[in-house]
Amino acid sequence: MSDQLIQAQQHHIKLSEESLQKQTTTLNLGPTHPATHGVFQNIMEIDGERVLETVPTIGYIHRAFEKIAERRPYYQVTTLTDRLNYCSAPINNMGWHMTIEKLLGIKTSKRVDYMRVIVMELARIADHLVCNSVVAVDTGALTGFTYVFQYREKIYEIFEEVCGSRLTTNMGRVGGFERNFSDALYTKLDDFIATFPKVMKEFEALLNRNRIFMDRCIGAGPISAERALNYGFTGPNLRATGVDYDVRVAQPYSSYEDFDFKIPTGTVGDVYDRYMVRNDEIWESLSIVKQAIEKIRKIEAEFPEQKEIFYAPESDKFHLPPKKDVYTKMEALIYHFKMIMGEIDAPAGEVYHSVEGGNGELGFYLISDGGRTPYRLHFRRPCFIYYQAYPEMVEGGLLSDAVIALSSLNVIAGELDA
Amino acid sequence: MALTNEIIQQKLTEKFGEQLTEWESPYGLLTVKVPAEMNLKVMQFLYDDESLRFRFMTDLTGVHFPDRTGEELSVVYHLHNLVDNIRLRLKVYVPVEKPDVYSATKLFSTANWMERETYDFFGVNFIGHPNLIRILNVDEMEHFPMRKEYEMEDPTRRDKDDEMFGRG
Repeated sequence: MSDQLIQAQQHHIKLSEESLQKQTTTLNLGPTHPATHGVFQNIMEIDGERVLETVPTIGYIHRAFEKIAERRPYYQVTTLTDRLNYCSAPINNMGWHMTIEKLLGIKTSKRVDYMRVIVMELARIADHLVCNSVVAVDTGALTGFTYVFQYREKIYEIFEEVCGSRLTTNMGRVGGFERNFSDALYTKLDDFIATFPKVMKEFEALLNRNRIFMDRCIGAGPISAERALNYGFTGPNLRATGVDYDVRVAQPYSSYEDFDFKIPTGTVGDVYDRYMVRNDEIWESLSIVKQAIEKIRKIEAEFPEQKEIFYAPESDKFHLPPKKDVYTKMEALIYHFKMIMGEIDAPAGEVYHSVEGGNGELGFYLISDGGRTPYRLHFRRPCFIYYQAYPEMVEGGLLSDAVIALSSLNVIAGELDA
Repeated sequence: MALTNEIIQQKLTEKFGEQLTEWESPYGLLTVKVPAEMNLKVMQFLYDDESLRFRFMTDLTGVHFPDRTGEELSVVYHLHNLVDNIRLRLKVYVPVEKPDVYSATKLFSTANWMERETYDFFGVNFIGHPNLIRILNVDEMEHFPMRKEYEMEDPTRRDKDDEMFGRG
């Protein structure tokens, strides 16, 4: 018995032989730790407060989505995408629907595109609010967090009005939405747009030029543009280094070319730059939402018959018919059953489609062999790709900088591990 | 002059001739099959050439085709020229018995984890990779779970066999 206890080895934490003699400390940060928001483990070698080396271990919440997707009809994969970046699930949903639409050659109407833009930009605002307020929390400023989270809640209420759920939304269908936007939704949207800027300004006033916050963030966890590009950074983290790559502009999808917005960029790619880029993007997203609502109202005023169309008619083989029709029309009932039983084959093809997710370029690489399920589906998950630069960003810095660097990168465990 | 798929194809053909095969462009994305031992040469040329400038690796992943005898495993690279805003897909095929592919980590740091992931799930052996160990699965795992021979479902269930998914 006692022999067993002595011989018991810890298989997963590999400490070096001379760990008792050495002058530095090995610190196991995570997998669950109050300073890391999500399941991240870093085995750090620290000398006093300095991080000498860090080795991230990932995969704690790996759920084999890519394998599961190979056995699911297309419409069931949407729920998997929810659970990638769960802070901005609607963007993942829409990205997946657009990938299938690309495969099937479905063209959605402008109104549907603008409806998608509204939910995607709201999701981006929610995502950035979480990230920025958590950066503030990690620097010791809790107040801003409590202000903006009320508005994240309001965004979730809007999602609830669109699709019935809040966090993992499973929103929309191939070709459009499952139901039309209601009047209550527009009321909530207008309320959000009217009241959010005041709170956002207050949040910015608390932090942007706050001496303590600036001293804490400037110069922490920097990365150069060259290294960021070499590491495959995308999204706000790349833009913070000064590269203005945004999928919404580079390869416009869902009629983003109709909107007028700026791509905010930083200069040195440190925590402060990432924070500022995200803040500016919140304002741009808000302006896009406003423009989208205006455009929808214009379309509805000009073509009143468009008001009732919330999905592309040619997607009827993949878009579940509205429930009202299922109960009253034979055709709709048949399609409903065919879809639920997964009896509709997709054409063979190979598609790569990407959208600008909350954290960067979220790509879907789909190979279809003509079956009912993807033959192979690969998610290009921005978190997974840029988290590997984390050691390079924090080594040589302070331990407390490593913590805010992690939260400012906005690594989401669900997306990291898929 | 904007870079187009035709120009890329022409330039690559000039340089590598007949060794690049299976040219196609599904949904506008130029795709080409590269011999496994030449993947680094082609990527280096695409990186260095002043007019091609494919200096951003978007994605790297594996695919298993059990029916392609002698080239069952495929590694797919998505490269992006950010200046001219054009993408390119390279495919490499290797036999499942000897899945050796040269690692792209020297050229793109981002390939590090993506190659580890591909190794983890498909067992592709990336030669020259600094730390080719499992990344998402447990270290003790002995098989490569994304290969098609490992079934998702309980194999005794008749309602979940391939026929139910439009195949076989």
